[in-house]
Amino acid sequence: MSGLDAAARRAVEAALAAGAGDAEAWAEEGTSRNVRVYDGEVESLSDAGGRGVGVRAFVGERSGYAYGTDLSEAGVAAIARAAVESAAVADPDEYGGLPEESGAAETNGLQSAELAAWSTERKVDLALAIEREARAREGVTQVENAVYSDAEGAVAIANSRGFEAGYEATQAWAYASAFAGEGADLMTGLGVGLGRDPAALDPEAIGGEAAERALALVGARQPESRRCPVVLDAFVAASFVGFIGSMLSADAVQRGRSLFADREGDEVADPHFALVDDHTDAGGPSSAPFDGEGSPARRTPLIEGGRLLTFLFDVRTARKAGRATTGNAGRGSYRSPPAVGTSNLIVAAGEEGFEALVARAGDGLLVTDVAGLHSGVNPVSGTFSVGASGRLIRDGELAEPVRELTIASDLVSMLKSVRAVGSEARWVPFGGSVKAAPILIGEMSVSGS
Amino acid sequence: MTLLDPALARRVLGRALMRGGDLAEVYAEDRHGFAVTLDDGRVERPQDGRERGAGVRVLAGDATYYGYVDGLAEDDLMRVADSVAQAVRGESRRPAELEAAAPPEVHPVATRPESVEAARKADMLRACDERARAAGGEVAQVRVSYGETRRRVEVYNSDGRAASDDRTRVRLGAQVVARRDGRVETGTDTRGGHAGWELVADDPEAVAETAAQRALTMLHAVDAPTGRLPVVVGNGFGGVLLHEAVGHGLEADAVQKRASVYAGKLGDQVAEPFVTAHDDGSRTNEWGSDGIDDEGTPTNRTTVIEAGRLTSYLYDLIRARRDGVESTGNGRRESFRHTPVPRMTNTFFAPGDATPEDLIAGVERGLYAVSFGGGQVEPATGDFVFGVSEGYLIEGGKVTAPVRGATLVGNGLEALRAIDGIAADLEIATGYCGKAGQTVPAGVGQPHVRLRELTVGGTAA
Repeated sequence: MSGLDAAARRAVEAALAAGAGDAEAWAEEGTSRNVRVYDGEVESLSDAGGRGVGVRAFVGERSGYAYGTDLSEAGVAAIARAAVESAAVADPDEYGGLPEESGAAETNGLQSAELAAWSTERKVDLALAIEREARAREGVTQVENAVYSDAEGAVAIANSRGFEAGYEATQAWAYASAFAGEGADLMTGLGVGLGRDPAALDPEAIGGEAAERALALVGARQPESRRCPVVLDAFVAASFVGFIGSMLSADAVQRGRSLFADREGDEVADPHFALVDDHTDAGGPSSAPFDGEGSPARRTPLIEGGRLLTFLFDVRTARKAGRATTGNAGRGSYRSPPAVGTSNLIVAAGEEGFEALVARAGDGLLVTDVAGLHSGVNPVSGTFSVGASGRLIRDGELAEPVRELTIASDLVSMLKSVRAVGSEARWVPFGGSVKAAPILIGEMSVSGS
Repeated sequence: MTLLDPALARRVLGRALMRGGDLAEVYAEDRHGFAVTLDDGRVERPQDGRERGAGVRVLAGDATYYGYVDGLAEDDLMRVADSVAQAVRGESRRPAELEAAAPPEVHPVATRPESVEAARKADMLRACDERARAAGGEVAQVRVSYGETRRRVEVYNSDGRAASDDRTRVRLGAQVVARRDGRVETGTDTRGGHAGWELVADDPEAVAETAAQRALTMLHAVDAPTGRLPVVVGNGFGGVLLHEAVGHGLEADAVQKRASVYAGKLGDQVAEPFVTAHDDGSRTNEWGSDGIDDEGTPTNRTTVIEAGRLTSYLYDLIRARRDGVESTGNGRRESFRHTPVPRMTNTFFAPGDATPEDLIAGVERGLYAVSFGGGQVEPATGDFVFGVSEGYLIEGGKVTAPVRGATLVGNGLEALRAIDGIAADLEIATGYCGKAGQTVPAGVGQPHVRLRELTVGGTAA
C-alpha cells in the first residue's frame, strides 16, 4: 500500500467525518524534468517533485470541491473539511453524485522502465542533438528552443462506495522551434515528438521537422482570395479535431453550447472521416485504466459512416440524458474537479499518402499552421474564420509559400466535404491528445488580398 | 507572518551554491483560492484550493538550474537545493546576509474577499444571471464565474535581496449566449483587479448585462467585409492587439534570441510621433499589477514606445544582466513551480486627445473592432491574427451594422506604423496571458486607436 492510496482513503474518511454523505478523493504524486538548450549549451535544467489531493464532497444533492498540497493527516483533514464547507454554496443537483459502478480497465504500455535508466546527461545530449539536427539544415538562421521533458507519476482514487484504484505512467516529449529567413521574412517551424520514454524520441526527426517546416515557408506572401481544395497537415488537422472533440461533450450539448446539439444520429461528415475517443490505446498520452471519477476506461466510436454516433458522457451528463457514461470524466489534475472531456481522439487513417492528397487537390492550398482557432470558431454555429499559413498547390504539386490568409467555413460543412484522410497518422500534442493524419477538404473559402 | 525564516533561506541558498553559481534564489509561495460558477441557472463547482511550496534556482553563466517542492519543510528545501547544485561545476560561494522584508502596501484591499461569506458570492452570481436574462427574451444561456486568490510570496537571493508580496485578486466574468431563428451569438465581459471584494461590491450585475447586450447585438450582425480597410479598435480589451502584436516582441528573451522583429530596433521610429506606450505593473489595484515582480524587483512603469520611438525592452534579472541593464520588474512566474520569464504586466497605449467619434468620423468605409475573442502572434515575425467578437461596419463616418466572423490579420510593425489616431479614453481590461507553459494575469488596454489600413478576413463572399 503506497502512501498515495492511504492519503486518498484518509481524505474520503475525513470528508465523511466532516458531514459528507459521499466523497471521492483523487491523489497524485510525480516528478518531472525539463531540459532547454540553446546554441549548444544548457539554457535551463529543472527537476521537480509534486503531490496533492483533490476531494469531492457530496452533501445531500449538493457537491463541493477542495484541493491542497499538504498530505499530512491534518492537511488532508483540512482539505476534506473545505470540500464539505464549499458544498453548502452550491445549488442542489439531482443528477450529481458518485458513479453507481466504478472499475479499472486493463491498460498496458502506460509506463516504460527505460525512462529511469536515462541519466540527466543523456537527456541533455538528446536535446542538444535535436538542436544540432535543426541547425544542420541549410537556410536555418536560428533555433530558438530545443526542449526535452519527461514526467513520471502515480494516481490513486478512492471513494466512499469502496472503490480504490491507482496507476502509474511515464511520458517523454521534445520539441524544437527553428527559424529560416531574416527580418520581416523570418519564418518559424515546430518539430515535435512524444512517447513513454526518451528512447522513443528521434532527434533527427524532431530537429529536421522544425527546420523543414520553417524552410518551406521562406518567402511566403499573401495569396489572392479564392475558393479551392485544401489539404490540412496533421498538426492543423489535430487542432480542428481537438476542437470538434470538445464540441462533442454532452455537457456542452446539454448547456446549449455545441453545434452538435440535436444532431446525434445525423449525418455530420463524409464517410471518409471517422473519429474515435480511445482512453485505452497504448500509444495515447492520456490513456489510463479509469476516468476522472473512477469509471472504467474504454473506446468510444464518435463519428462513423459519416454519422454522429454518440456524445461523450460522464456520470452526471449521462444521468441527465438517461444514458450510460462513456467514461469521459476528464481530470486535468488534482487541482480541478472532474469535467466531461476527450481522452485520446483518433482519426481513422486512410489509404493514400500525403503526396497523393496533394496531387488530388490539383489547384489548392496546403495549410501547415492555423492561428486563433479558439477565438475564430463560433462553438454554437460552427462557423469559423481563422488565420493560416502554408503553401499553394498547383497542378497537384506543392508551389509557393503563403501567409496572412484566413480560411473560412463551418465545421460540419468542412467535415462533409472531406475527400480523403492520409495514411500517415501520428500523435500530436495539439488540440489535446490527438492521433491525426493529413486531411483533404473538397473546398474552402480562402481569403487573402 | 513569514513563510520562510531568513536564516533558513540563507541555509538553503548556501546549499544551492555549494558547487558554485553566480546567483541563487529561493521563492516561497502560499496560495489560497476560491472560485464558484453559475451555469444554466445553477450555482455549481464551488472550489477551494490551498497550495504551498518553494522553488530554488541557481544561475551559472547563461544556464539556469531549477527545482521545486510542495511544502516548506527544511528537509525538502535542502534536498531541492542539493539536487539543483548537482548540475553546477565551480567554487562554493557564501550567500549574503538576509533580513525579512515586509510586503509593500501599494495595492490596498478594503474588504478581504475571504472575509465575505461564500453564500453572498453565490447570491451575486444569481443576481448577475437575473440581470442578463432580463436583457432580452433571446438570451438562451448565462454563465457567470467568480474567483478570488491570495498569493503570499517571498523571494530571497544570494546577493542579499529579500522581498515579499501579498497579492489579492478578484475577478468576475460573464458569458451570455443569445439565440434567434437558428442564429446563435456569444457575448462576454469581465471585471477584475489586484484588489478586494470592493471591486465587485458596486453593481456587479453590470458585467452580466454588458455581456448580454453584446450577444444580443451580434444577433443582428451581417457578414464581415473582406479586404484591406481602415480599422478603429475599441478601448479596454482592444489593447490585446498591442499586447500580442507588439508587447510579446519586446520581451527581452525573444529579443536576445533574435526571435523578435523588434531586435536591434531600439531608438528607431516605429510609429507616428503621437504614439506612446507603457508597461506598468505599479498602477494601483490594476489587474496585472503587483508590489514586486517574482524575482523581488519592485514593479514600475517602463515606457516602451515614446513619441513613436522604441525606447525599452522588458527585462527580468537574467536578461537584464546579459544586456548590462537593470531589470524592469518584468520577471514573472505563474507559481513556485515555474521559473521567471520576462512578461508584460499592464501594457497600454497612452491616451491622445481625440474622441472616439473623431476617429470614426474620419473613416468612409471601415471596421470598428470593439472587442476580440482572443488573438495569437508569432513574435519572431510579428504576424498576428485576432478574432473580432464584437465589431461594426463604419460607413460614411458613422458606426452602422454589427458584423460577425471578422478577423484582423497583419503584422505588429506594420500595424504600429498604421496608427493614425489615438483617443483620450484609456481603459484597462483583465486578460490572462500564456507563455512558456505559464499563465499569468495581464492587464491589456488602450484608448480608442485608429489604424489607416489592415487586412480584414471576413465571411462575406
